[in-house]
Amino acid sequence: MIGRLHVPYSGCRHGNPDTLAPALEIKNLSAGYSGEQRLALKKINLSVPVGARVAIVGPNGSGKSTLLKSVAGLLPIRNGKIKIYGEAVGACFHRTVYLPQRSEVQWSFPIDVRKLVLSGRYVHLGWFHRAAKEDYQKVDVALNQLGIKSIGQRQISQLSGGQQQRVLLARALVQDADLLLLDEPLNAIDADTREIVSKVLKDLKDKGKTVIVATHFLDKMAQDYDGAFYLNEGEEAAIPPGGFSGIKLR
Amino acid sequence: MIDFIFEPLQYSFIQRALFASILVGLACAVLGIYVVLRKMAFIGHALSHSALPGLVIAYLCGYNLFGGAIVATVLTALGIGLIVKNESVYEDTAIGIVPIFMFAFGILLISTTKSYRDLSAMLFGNILGVGISDMIWISLLTLFVIGTLFLFHKEFELFSVDPYYAKAIGINLNLMRYGLLFLLALTVVTGIQAVGTILTNALLIVPVASARLLTNRLRTMMILAAVIAVSSGIVGIYISYYFNVSSGAAIVLMTTIWFVGIWLLKTFKNK
Repeated sequence: MIGRLHVPYSGCRHGNPDTLAPALEIKNLSAGYSGEQRLALKKINLSVPVGARVAIVGPNGSGKSTLLKSVAGLLPIRNGKIKIYGEAVGACFHRTVYLPQRSEVQWSFPIDVRKLVLSGRYVHLGWFHRAAKEDYQKVDVALNQLGIKSIGQRQISQLSGGQQQRVLLARALVQDADLLLLDEPLNAIDADTREIVSKVLKDLKDKGKTVIVATHFLDKMAQDYDGAFYLNEGEEAAIPPGGFSGIKLR
Repeated sequence: MIDFIFEPLQYSFIQRALFASILVGLACAVLGIYVVLRKMAFIGHALSHSALPGLVIAYLCGYNLFGGAIVATVLTALGIGLIVKNESVYEDTAIGIVPIFMFAFGILLISTTKSYRDLSAMLFGNILGVGISDMIWISLLTLFVIGTLFLFHKEFELFSVDPYYAKAIGINLNLMRYGLLFLLALTVVTGIQAVGTILTNALLIVPVASARLLTNRLRTMMILAAVIAVSSGIVGIYISYYFNVSSGAAIVLMTTIWFVGIWLLKTFKNK
């Protein structure tokens, strides 16, 4: 990169992260979708320490996606504060990666799996730069890790639900972020994919990454996560009887 | 047979027409990919119709016709964007209203001059009447459209496949949306010279739709669409020359013949 003009997408330089701050700190957060009066999230308080894997659990419509989208900078905050490694949302785009729900991707667009996974490198490239050899190498490593190397050349329109999910996860890994926001990565997946997701979560923890997973699957909670945050109708809910709690998130 | 091909080439107006049709075909094919895949066909239709008042005003005041068309289409693109952003009107409703107003306004203006011959060139194009300055305009616009798409290809692609992720890495979605509309407006303006305001959208849609029947790969699709658009332009000009028929109509009919041919081939092959 030395000697080459780098033009980041956000237009601003990456801030220096506070090494002592938690990975994610949310204070009194309220958020809603534009054009809607209703608040999708009400007065959320949450603190996730560096290196933790946290599940955001709740039924459909409880605000799990809204919470992740707020942290990813996709929704305007109505009230409250979000700090990522001590910085405001958007100060450090490349350190946070957002994995959208499968249904939010245009799978009919004619590109292949490798190309979609490669887009995980774009935040590092910025405007005008083309992917280099090392970017493609990272793509291959991630495809291998998720067991989808063999379908690298396949069009994304020809993937099964489980394969789509693995492709999105591969892209999230390729970004080399420190905070991963995974929106329903366990939806509509097969047993093999479930196994791989567990392995990836373990691997991320070993690397000191922080992972936040929105899910309504309650299996293997103690194995896959260090903590859980329960949501219902946009508000923090109590831990259900017999439910997994793990580390403190306040 | 050889004479059949070379005879028209001795005329400079045919040479200019062929040159223009190649460039217009390229611009429409490349941008058409996004128009088709992002389901913007209706917007292309709207923008091409909206160029009419710009053309007429420029014509009446003696300004450059390209300038008039660019101003009218870009204003329409921005207008549609603004109305939709407001979210109280559905996008397709906005796209339905704005161009009809513009088109009617254009007809009203030209009816004051009683010059329906020039109106017909605006509505149906006149690629055989392309002059040197038109060629320069078409070249610049084509170069700009293709150059911009090339330069921002990865962003336009990601914005189309996964807008949420694009936004999450800091790409401004409104910038991308307006950028694409702006390029579409410019492409429509080049197309109008060839096939007129009414038929321009066909050049954006039909070659890509045909190519899409044959391949799932973006690059191959772009190349095929360009081949279809450019060949239709060239054959259309010859048909127009030999049979003394409207060049715009001949070009657009050629693209649809491609489409129907490929569609039939595919349908029967699958049986």
